[in-house]
Amino acid sequence: MTALPTLPVLLPILGAALTVVVGASVAAQRIIALTTLSAVATVAAVLLAAADRSGPVVAALGGWAPPVGIALVADRLSALLLLVSTLVALAVLVYAISQRIADYGRRMASSTFYPMYLVLSAGVSLAYLSGDLFTLFVSFEIMLTASYVLITRRTTTQTIRAGMTYVTVSLLSSLLFLTAVGMVYAATATVNLADLSERVATLPPGLRTVLALMLMVVFGIKAAMVPLHFWLPDSYPNAPAPVTALFAGLLTKVSFYAMVRTQTLLFPHDGPWTLMLWFAVATMLVGALGALAQNDINRLLSFLLVSHIGFMLFGLGVFDARGLSGATLYAAHHITVLATLFLVSGLIVRRTGTVALDRMGGLLRTSPALAVLFAIPALTLAGIPPTAGFVAKLQLLQAGAEAGPGPVAVAAVVIVASFLTLYALARVWVRVFWGKPAPTVEDPDPDDELEVGTARTPWPMYAATAGLVVVSLAIAAFAGPLSGVTGRVGEDLLARDGYRVAVLGSAP
Amino acid sequence: MTPGDLVDAPTVNLVMALTVGVLYSVGFYLMLHRSLMRVLIGVVVLGHGTNLLLQLVGGPPARVPIVGNSPPETFADPLPQALALTAVVITFALTTFLLALGYRSFTLIGHDEVQDDLEDRRIARIKHPAAPLPTTGDDDRDSGDDDRDSGDEEAR
Repeated sequence: MTALPTLPVLLPILGAALTVVVGASVAAQRIIALTTLSAVATVAAVLLAAADRSGPVVAALGGWAPPVGIALVADRLSALLLLVSTLVALAVLVYAISQRIADYGRRMASSTFYPMYLVLSAGVSLAYLSGDLFTLFVSFEIMLTASYVLITRRTTTQTIRAGMTYVTVSLLSSLLFLTAVGMVYAATATVNLADLSERVATLPPGLRTVLALMLMVVFGIKAAMVPLHFWLPDSYPNAPAPVTALFAGLLTKVSFYAMVRTQTLLFPHDGPWTLMLWFAVATMLVGALGALAQNDINRLLSFLLVSHIGFMLFGLGVFDARGLSGATLYAAHHITVLATLFLVSGLIVRRTGTVALDRMGGLLRTSPALAVLFAIPALTLAGIPPTAGFVAKLQLLQAGAEAGPGPVAVAAVVIVASFLTLYALARVWVRVFWGKPAPTVEDPDPDDELEVGTARTPWPMYAATAGLVVVSLAIAAFAGPLSGVTGRVGEDLLARDGYRVAVLGSAP
Repeated sequence: MTPGDLVDAPTVNLVMALTVGVLYSVGFYLMLHRSLMRVLIGVVVLGHGTNLLLQLVGGPPARVPIVGNSPPETFADPLPQALALTAVVITFALTTFLLALGYRSFTLIGHDEVQDDLEDRRIARIKHPAAPLPTTGDDDRDSGDDDRDSGDEEAR
């Protein structure tokens, strides 16, 4: 049982090595990748059950007991997000396989896609599970390095441009992260999160604020918090649909998780965290308004992604059990729904041959299945009852309403941002699905691995997207038990004792 | 070594602190350039600054490494060294990746400058029709060599 938290990291790394070894056989690579991610999903489910029943599951690597060694900690929050993330990664993998982007489509097999995909999911798992600040840094590097390769795999001028922005910004935030780790170590002589939660409390308040802000900026860049979001809408849309879906679903949420973990464990507040509430307002509004100006469907979705990061930041800014519970539920829902929307956008682009909204039209008549697949996640993201988005948003609004005048004002912004989201998505609906069918745009480069402007779409692409739609519907259907879990997550995060005792083995 | 001691009694000497500061400033300054080569050098310099910082937080210089039979108080703190080693490897890997990216950009576009975003410029044009046109407005999927020209236009 205590070795269990190592599996979500080890399995994908081993799987990645295996996929390199069997690089000649695409079929073997596919089987290995699918099996690995399914196994990780199973382990994550077991971890969630165990953590919910009997507290955090801790693995001390190499037998070095914390705070000396590296500890992997699976508590309710990390296990829940790990489970949702892995399910999304699995569905996106199925989509990618059937789109044949992995094997460079019609030309040759590629040895990079599957290994990098698995390395990325290993990094994501490690980020959720790591119990110290430096391992968190390493996990971000694993994750980001894999993502650099995935985003620049197609070396066209577009992807190179997107890749440059993305890599430079990520690298900068990583170096800042490392600086923050150094500072934290200088001040406290430890990097273990549980140990830090006790030692940081003894620091002078000024120093504590500096450390808190440094970590906030670092994860703010990676989580696309306005005003540190500018890289995201420029880089994400240029990758192939499955890669964008994977990034949109996982990467920003991992950073948000890291922000929640560090801020709640190390720098707790009594009452609302005003600075974060301001950032939440800016993020929600800038993202939603930015989305209204876009003509490229993927850029529009990227701005909505940014906007809805703000909803989670709001939950963190409220800083009480209910707010954190709502933020966790929102993150779980957000991972699923954004990945779904980007996959659907991939299907739409494949059908129409263009990303420009003003050159599409009439898809409701030509491909009604797509309309259904788009409508459900779109309504979920906008938070129309009875979808998962509504349930999560309701929790956030309740938390805001109970937390005092500041959060109430921000809760009003949440409602405005929801309407703007609905408006942006309604614009997509009108442009893409209504009107008279627009002519399909020819594939500009018929030789590359990305086939667009074709009516032939393999059924597993639809199936994977539909699978994610079902997951997001399931979040709504099981909202009761799920908010039970996230409610306990919120209490855990504020109490902090459960985490410390599980890691360090004794009460403070 | 308790946390309070380290805060109250700084163990970092001024020269080292200034060196770190200079490395950070130079690194950030270079990273603000458009040319990927300069960004790359900026990353390297900034990485050095960070690693030096990690070394400094391990306590005063001139302590022995953690080998042999000396008493534990005389050892240098090994953890920051381990962290710096890991960070060096990561920075090295990413430097080579950036080099490859810059080279790829050079072979494809003929230079290694970060391009303007065509879509951003198109949206800016809705409000200010005088702004330069995206040269490949018809087809935003494959902008090809025209980027070079539009970049120069922007620079003027």
